[in-house]
Amino acid sequence: MSRKLPPKDVVIIGLGWTGSIQAQELTDAGLDVVAIERGPWRDTASDFPPSYSPDELRYRLRHELFLKPAQASLTFRNSIDQTALPVRTWGAFMLGNGAGGAGVHWNAETWRFAPNDFQMRSHLTQRYGAKFLPDDMTIQDWGIRYDELEPHYDRFEYLCGTSGTAGNLNGTIQEGGNPFEGPRSRPYPTPAQKQPFSHTLFAEAARKLGYRPFPQPSGNLSQAYTNPLGVAMGPCTYCGFCEWFGCANYSKATPQTTILPVLVRKPNFEARMECEVTRINLSADGKRTTGVTYVDSSGEEWEQPAELVLLCAFQLFNVQLLLLSGIGTAYDPKTGQGQIGRNFSHQTVSTAAGFFDKAKFNFNPFISSGSIGMCIDEFNGDNFDHGPLGFVGGGYMGQVQTNGRPIEITQQLPPGTPAWGAKWKQAVKDNYLSTVYAGTGVHGSSASYRTNYLDLDPTWKDRFGRPLLRMTMDLHENELKMSAFLTDKYAEIIHAMGASQVVKQPRKGPYDITKYQTSHLCGGAIMGTNSSNSALNKYLQSWDVPNLFVMGASSFPQNAGYNPTDTVAALAYWSAAAIRTQYLKNPGRLIDA
Amino acid sequence: MGSGVHVTIISRRQLLATTAVALIVLPHTALGSILRGALPWEPGKADPPKRVMPGPWLYFTPAEGAMVEALADRLIPPDTETPGGKDAGCAVFIDRQLAGPYGRFDGLYMGAPFQPGSKQQGPQSPVTPAQQYRLALAALDRHSRQTYADTPLVKLTITQQDEIIGNLENGSIKIEGKPGSDFFDQLLKDTQQGFFADPIYGGNKDMAAWKMIGFPGARYDYRDWIDRHNERYPHPPVGIGQHPDWSL
Repeated sequence: MSRKLPPKDVVIIGLGWTGSIQAQELTDAGLDVVAIERGPWRDTASDFPPSYSPDELRYRLRHELFLKPAQASLTFRNSIDQTALPVRTWGAFMLGNGAGGAGVHWNAETWRFAPNDFQMRSHLTQRYGAKFLPDDMTIQDWGIRYDELEPHYDRFEYLCGTSGTAGNLNGTIQEGGNPFEGPRSRPYPTPAQKQPFSHTLFAEAARKLGYRPFPQPSGNLSQAYTNPLGVAMGPCTYCGFCEWFGCANYSKATPQTTILPVLVRKPNFEARMECEVTRINLSADGKRTTGVTYVDSSGEEWEQPAELVLLCAFQLFNVQLLLLSGIGTAYDPKTGQGQIGRNFSHQTVSTAAGFFDKAKFNFNPFISSGSIGMCIDEFNGDNFDHGPLGFVGGGYMGQVQTNGRPIEITQQLPPGTPAWGAKWKQAVKDNYLSTVYAGTGVHGSSASYRTNYLDLDPTWKDRFGRPLLRMTMDLHENELKMSAFLTDKYAEIIHAMGASQVVKQPRKGPYDITKYQTSHLCGGAIMGTNSSNSALNKYLQSWDVPNLFVMGASSFPQNAGYNPTDTVAALAYWSAAAIRTQYLKNPGRLIDA
Repeated sequence: MGSGVHVTIISRRQLLATTAVALIVLPHTALGSILRGALPWEPGKADPPKRVMPGPWLYFTPAEGAMVEALADRLIPPDTETPGGKDAGCAVFIDRQLAGPYGRFDGLYMGAPFQPGSKQQGPQSPVTPAQQYRLALAALDRHSRQTYADTPLVKLTITQQDEIIGNLENGSIKIEGKPGSDFFDQLLKDTQQGFFADPIYGGNKDMAAWKMIGFPGARYDYRDWIDRHNERYPHPPVGIGQHPDWSL
């Protein structure tokens, strides 16, 4: 039996990037906001100080900063005719937990999506004809345009101090930046990071092959920066312990280093940590949310009434909470009806390992950062003619190697090396400093399909006895073809760098829940133009329950060939602006469609 | 929808007192932790890793410990420049890991039922790493005695030990009726992790593995080296526990 707390204007579920952004914006608008977060408070000095944060075993192998599967997991299968089984330990993706969410352990690669990514179906249909797309591919337009989102990308990048070289300033292509990017209204807030040897060599090789390389936009800062909220960040030290780790230098953009120090001091904000929302409550007619029910760390259940609920958990758990709360209609892959759980997608990453002559090449791979890298965008999105190739989609590619951490990096050895013994040891010694290996060197898109979806599992339960989310996911022919093509192009560049041996590792099916493929899970509660093709309108407002907004990559109808966080955060700012300028004046559906 | 800032800095007790329900005095942990008005910070809240100390085995029996030392020394053999798995402390590392959360599957999803699935669905066994070592080491010792005239694994020649490891790797040795390759994968992974992890965890003694490959460890600041391309980094490694030449 839950006990009722005094009402709040706004309840935010989850205190990661989107929850922090929304809380900052809505407290600025004068609202009384409470954020309910199931993980612990985390900060630099207490959780990842410089004295012990560079610890590969603790953070990379033992998953110190991540959600524990015992607290919440999911089940997985490749196809509808299989029995899904629990994901007992993380593999294919890593889920954040606690203050900052996945914004603590990310690499901070801060890419915008390309303008035509937002009109993917209509753009591709117009260029190649409707028959070019596979029948079961369910990609669709987002209902929003790049130019609508641009000011919000800009806000997030200036919040973070993102380091980069602009490629397109108000329509004018800039030397040294990404010539394929959408127009940006002003340069990056800080210049691009410096680049280590192998990353520089990649750019030289790419240039020789006729490509236009540019530095990866980075939330690991090239110099000290004070953001518009007055929060100061330090320069990145290229320590090589970034993704999977917290940053001890205050130089990676995270909610902790950009927003939370300001937000937490506000009198109209409160965060309840280690409290897990178990249900979004609805009015008797099901047309409004009345707040949430949550369980605190002692197991007590509470009801927190609110006028407005913002669902800001990770993509998977947004979808799970919608399903458990009976909001919207669960997707049925047989009929294609229902919106919640539909259009699940991930990221089709691949790579090629390059082994170089150690007498001529010393890469010092440990000198790096999470979002360092030199990239090309010639093969992303629809920047190249897919007509003769028989697939759609693409990705950026680059030397984006983030580290030389030895447990991880010594797994890459020339083919034919024994797994153990004296020859293994010699090969490790001979190759450590002269191998190029970027696990996500090719960062491919992921289309959505009729049979890739999320629903509730009939068998396995979480710690509260609620059904786990069930993921049904496989790689399709289109993505496999794309990955083979992109990986070939990538391997040519690695070869042109002077590698003695290049080993291609294109993505192969079936989709494997044990193999890391980025944590970029998308879809399941997608945005769109009307309630028959989406769960949310273009402002991320629920079609079914208009005082509920759902943030995050769960709103992506499919995934592009870029990292999602910049778009996730820009959408949160865009949604917050709509709440402030439209919704608060007239609470109700912002769009009738 | 409210308008205007609700400036009410209230304590947890006041918050509870304002609820419409009967006030019950709750233990300190009730409601999780509430953040209001200031970033939480208290001295001494950091959680550094506990340094592994030398001494008796914590999980292994002496016979098991000796076997893991022998196996680790074949997986990573000593050479003239770098110690092998045994002297690098890999068995000590594995012992301490098995005695801790890793050995017990702490934090993993352990909801029943357990049933086998496809390779892509990931491991589904309820047998913890600590239990798996106990079963597998006993099976390996039996195999050694049966195959090599009642000789325990630790007394075999290195050629014979390599033969056992090879047969474990290719799955021809069975453990509890299943191919031994699963245990081989576990043992190899744990041994390599011990070899390359920070020495604070009991392996990588004197940072021998890091010196072997040229990894400077936990230095954390390469701003003066980012522009120095194709030069060998000259400084010795540092660990998170102590200075470069530390030794237990």
